[in-house]
Amino acid sequence: MANLFCSSIGKKLIMSISGLFLILFLLFHMSMNVVALISESGYNAICEFLGANWYALAATMVLAAGAVFHMVYAFVLFFNNRKARGSDAYAVTARPKHVEWASQNMLVLGITIGAFLILHLYHFWAKMQLVELQHMMGMHVSEEAMALATDGVHWIRHTFTSPINTILYVIALVAIWFHLTHGFWSALQTLGWNNLKWIKRWQTVSNVVATIICLGFAAVVVVYYIVSIM
Amino acid sequence: MSEKQSLNLTLKVWRQKSPKDKGQFETYSVSNISPDSSFLEMMDVLNEQLITEGKEPVAFDHDCREGICGMCSLYINGHAHGPDEDVTTCQLHMRKFKTGDTITIEPWRSAGFPVIKDLIVDRRAFDKIMAVGGFVSVNTGGVPDGNAIPISKAAADEAMDAASCIGCGACVASCKNGSAMLFVSAKVSQLALLPQGRIEAARRAKNMVAKMDELGFGNCTNTAACEAQCPKNVSIANIARLNREFLCAKLKD
Repeated sequence: MANLFCSSIGKKLIMSISGLFLILFLLFHMSMNVVALISESGYNAICEFLGANWYALAATMVLAAGAVFHMVYAFVLFFNNRKARGSDAYAVTARPKHVEWASQNMLVLGITIGAFLILHLYHFWAKMQLVELQHMMGMHVSEEAMALATDGVHWIRHTFTSPINTILYVIALVAIWFHLTHGFWSALQTLGWNNLKWIKRWQTVSNVVATIICLGFAAVVVVYYIVSIM
Repeated sequence: MSEKQSLNLTLKVWRQKSPKDKGQFETYSVSNISPDSSFLEMMDVLNEQLITEGKEPVAFDHDCREGICGMCSLYINGHAHGPDEDVTTCQLHMRKFKTGDTITIEPWRSAGFPVIKDLIVDRRAFDKIMAVGGFVSVNTGGVPDGNAIPISKAAADEAMDAASCIGCGACVASCKNGSAMLFVSAKVSQLALLPQGRIEAARRAKNMVAKMDELGFGNCTNTAACEAQCPKNVSIANIARLNREFLCAKLKD
């Protein structure tokens, strides 16, 4: 047990568990966002509930740890794999049939998502939970900023009046879709929870989960953009 | 066979004098190749030609030439064992190519399989992995009754499918991570599925994975390129079984 995480499968276990945890978070985040389409006051109530409370802060810390583990181990495994591939590259390569494009580009997709995450945290987290946190820690925060810290709908409107932001978010959602279509079933495969019959089933479930998550997010982005230009 | 059907080909072949030599591609032309000949027979024609010209023939691995020994290799036009599915290089027919084609022939490339000469790589790493657990210990004594231990048809079939792995190394060669997981998982599965193999199952999974890691093979990222290029169509479902066997064994430690 002690040296489990030194083994190749142990390192992948970390990727798998952190990845599944992040998928659960995305499902929750998407469900929360969709509320903004149904009831703006309801969405703001959720934002208030998830402000700088101890439970929301604790959950944020766990989430951040999950994301950091996922990213760090992605690079650890990537460099291991680069070394294992050797320094001599093939002169001719061909992608065999049945090999998903996403499965061979998970790191590039991940880096794209990571870059988007910085932008996304700047757009929302820095204007909301971070402001409340700064206020709690006794730092100077304007009254206007504090008032807007739990007004999630304001920040959605503010962000998606810009066509550039809208396009960037949609591109990021496409990257997330590709990442999840491979990531979800791959995580279960790494856990050993797969067999001949279930491979195709899990791959289908992966596509469905990725599509639900990304369509939910995209709906909010696109609807708010359309409303802003009308 | 009419002259019209025969193939004239350009071959770009990797030539490397020794493990330390840098190596480079050499271009050769071969003509009048029968479309009914195998890829290795075409390589024989090339070598005859090179010997006649007083040149060093191309070194490549081969043995049974009927797809069961796992000796032949070759990365042909970006595919392990060539563009055909579920066949080894020795079973690949030249009818898969057209006259005038340029065929690029490379050795397996991975840190775990260093090149020895030309197209021959050192695959002894697989033997080392087998030596630490790819077996069932049997006590000496009388011959046991073959039917004493009942085995379900489903388990027997799945074990046989895993056992069809010939250890050629196409999985490592085609994996972007140079991972040997398909090979190790097939060897673990063929025994883990049978009652005789269960006794040493936990130790086997741990030892074989540890050896695989030690020998510098990469980590599986479930691209399934190995399964697509495997001449015996060994499924990545075996990799899930290996993960399960290994994780359960480690958790019990």
